[in-house]
Amino acid sequence: MLTAAEWEAIRLTLLVAATAVVASLPFAIALGWLLAKRNFPGKFLVETAINLPLVLPPVVTGYLLLVTFGRNGPFGTFLEDRLGIRFVFNWKGAALASAVVAFPLLVRPIRLAFSAVDDRLIHAARTLGAGPWDAFRSIVLPLARPGIASGSILGFARSMGEFGATIMIAGNIPGATRTVPLLIYSELDSPGGMQHAVPLVVASVVIAAIALWVGELLDRYGSRRLRGAGA
Amino acid sequence: MSVLHFDCKFRYPTGFSLNYKFAISGGVTALVGPSGSGKTTVLNLIAGLLTPSSGKISLADQTLFDSTASVNLPPERREIGYVFQDYQLFPHLTVRDNLRYGQRRTTRATAPLDRIVGILELADVLDRFPASLSGGQKQRVAVGRAMLRGPKLLLMDEPLAALDSALRASVASALARVIEEFQVPTILVSHDQESIGWLAHETLTME
Repeated sequence: MLTAAEWEAIRLTLLVAATAVVASLPFAIALGWLLAKRNFPGKFLVETAINLPLVLPPVVTGYLLLVTFGRNGPFGTFLEDRLGIRFVFNWKGAALASAVVAFPLLVRPIRLAFSAVDDRLIHAARTLGAGPWDAFRSIVLPLARPGIASGSILGFARSMGEFGATIMIAGNIPGATRTVPLLIYSELDSPGGMQHAVPLVVASVVIAAIALWVGELLDRYGSRRLRGAGA
Repeated sequence: MSVLHFDCKFRYPTGFSLNYKFAISGGVTALVGPSGSGKTTVLNLIAGLLTPSSGKISLADQTLFDSTASVNLPPERREIGYVFQDYQLFPHLTVRDNLRYGQRRTTRATAPLDRIVGILELADVLDRFPASLSGGQKQRVAVGRAMLRGPKLLLMDEPLAALDSALRASVASALARVIEEFQVPTILVSHDQESIGWLAHETLTME
């Protein structure tokens, strides 16, 4: 059985992962589209910046986030003074860290999905009276939906496991920023921790597996629709 | 008075230049020429999918493109129906929703859906998705979709090229019925004059 603290960590982890995906999805869609369909100066640099969290140690990502969004950081000061949004030692910081670390995994399938949409379908939509945004909304987005769903699931799963960047910016505060990975880490550091961590480890595996299955189901459903097997 | 006036120069990324001028006064015009002569490019320039380097395109009393006056209407404002060579039906939409796509986005009076469906014999496939249609059915859906836009001009790129000889006759007669019924000025492009020549009132040749 899970304890109250473990349920709280699971609730917080789901909140952080969902917030990270929902908040970063519009940016992932916009950047996925730009990278898939447009050539522009500095495209290589944008690609590098997006993929950097994949290869950087998460602690380094967390350090950079702390410097940028900390109370004395350029964005942190602005966001806290003007909008009242605080990231340091706050679950929003955990969501920010998760969003940044998971962003490459979110963008990659979305970019591939946009690349697979034939430009001639967009041309057909335009000749039928759709403006650029209308064609994107009515043709491109539905066709790219399986990729968007896959990216979201991957991003969600990655966010759930985020540790290094989270502990740097949000800390490890019980009930406030202690997500499942942080609680497992804390329990391992206490007497009998190996046994105490087992339920959380099992819960993590189950939640991650469910997320991947849902992603797979959405992918199959989307592919079947595009092959014309029915609604 | 001409319905369509086209006098444009277009430079391909490869450096090759297309320079072509013609006018049509209505009816069905066949634009024929060998592969690579620029027939599809002409259609794309008229539809607004490509931008000429210079020149002028006007349709009825509307200027679609004029390099000297800096006019370049986007495709969605040109009121032109375009039937692509490989149909370009939207794979995630049923035949019914494909047909209505342009109709929902125009303020012009268009033919009723039922009328188009009847002429093109599409009643049995309205709820199917494009992937489950034959080549002939796809072509008829593409024609119906373009007609339901209520176009002032219909462009058709190699309308029979992708069909086998058995289907060509039935699709060609469906095309003839649509053109006859709605009297929309039409440009048919083909590399093979024999296949579409009998539909056309006038033939233009590109070298």
